[in-house]
Amino acid sequence: MKIKMTEQTINSKPAALSEIREVWNILSSVNDPEIPVLSIVDLGIAREVKFHGEMLEVIITPTYSGCPAMDFIAVNIKQALSEKGFKNIKITHQLSPAWTTDWMTDEGKQKLKAFGIAPPVSKTFDKNYLETIEVECPHCHSLNTKLISQFGSTACKALYQCNDCGEPFDYFKCH
Amino acid sequence: MYSKPTNNAKNELADYTLFLADSSLLMGHRLGEWTGHGPVIEQDIAITNIALDLIGQARNFYQYAAELISDGNETKTTEDDLAYLRDANEFKNLLIAELPNGDWAFTITKLFFFSTWQFYFYQKLINSKDEQVAAIAEKSLKEVTYHVRWSSDWIIRLGDGTDESKKRLEKAIAAIWPYTGEMFTPAAFEDNLKDSVSIDVSGIKDDWLEKVQSVFAEATLSVPEKMWWQSGGKNGVHTEHLGYILAEMQFMQRAYPGLEW
Repeated sequence: MKIKMTEQTINSKPAALSEIREVWNILSSVNDPEIPVLSIVDLGIAREVKFHGEMLEVIITPTYSGCPAMDFIAVNIKQALSEKGFKNIKITHQLSPAWTTDWMTDEGKQKLKAFGIAPPVSKTFDKNYLETIEVECPHCHSLNTKLISQFGSTACKALYQCNDCGEPFDYFKCH
Repeated sequence: MYSKPTNNAKNELADYTLFLADSSLLMGHRLGEWTGHGPVIEQDIAITNIALDLIGQARNFYQYAAELISDGNETKTTEDDLAYLRDANEFKNLLIAELPNGDWAFTITKLFFFSTWQFYFYQKLINSKDEQVAAIAEKSLKEVTYHVRWSSDWIIRLGDGTDESKKRLEKAIAAIWPYTGEMFTPAAFEDNLKDSVSIDVSGIKDDWLEKVQSVFAEATLSVPEKMWWQSGGKNGVHTEHLGYILAEMQFMQRAYPGLEW
């Protein structure tokens, strides 16, 4: 997990650093409502944690512009933090730099696969990421799969089917 | 950070932001009308996913416009006020976004022209000196890339499909083509912001046309001869269709002001 060093963290007393770590740990316990095996840290939705005196600011970014889960995620973050005694909490939405699946942790990708969703195959800086790619079936691990629809059960997923085991599955698109 | 605009420039920036918000909202709303009516469930889901992206993009632009309009004003404006409480002549969307869906070929053609325009437009807009406009464009561009791909695939499938699908697509193209000129004809608020916020929209026309021609070639279709252009949307002059959409979309907020789910 990467902890971004901000002016606040550097200038704060050493105690604040451990507090920031604690906040990140709590954020790791907040799951995405649509893919409940992933935390908002695995997904790269939680971006930055800052203390402004007594106030704690958590900066989050939407995966997709129309993601209907953002308000719910903000509520869950507030709840998780207040259960651990944090009171003065501000959630800030930030658009730029735009969220990308490149930020998904390796742990997150493994968890996705175990859950039956094929993780994003390539990196977005690879120009071919929109072209035909080999997606591995999360059930039987065959590479002999086909695209059924570019848009799946949620905005972030496409629908695939395995030609070998016949199972349909979700693929988490490169974005 | 760009230098704080004078009031007049700020009004123009609000207009510019509303033009982008309204265009995405109306196109998103129209696509949303397909919910439960798509030809097969996968495509029903696909088109409503695209609708959701567009409405999300519209919300980002409305929130920014609301911030600009509220700044220094005693009465605060919200994103909902802008979407639900303005009249047709205050909407600045491209006319293509408000056209009725027609059949599947008509909807796909509208979306393909619109998404391709958005793609090249946002590619320029990410360099805007206005940080928030650039951020929304950057976010939207990734989504639009998928919309262009999806609608291009459908143009090819219908154009190079059966006699019936080709006939319907050609009919749709002929009807919608006059609405594409407006995309590349700047309104006053675009021209006046050219150096600070906006982009030179005429510059993207060639890219747009080239993409359309290459997809049409694969679809065994030809680009229509030059014809006259419809225009007016950016300046609040709309087709008769907009009023009907607004009547449906705005009914709840007009009848029950401030209503929340």
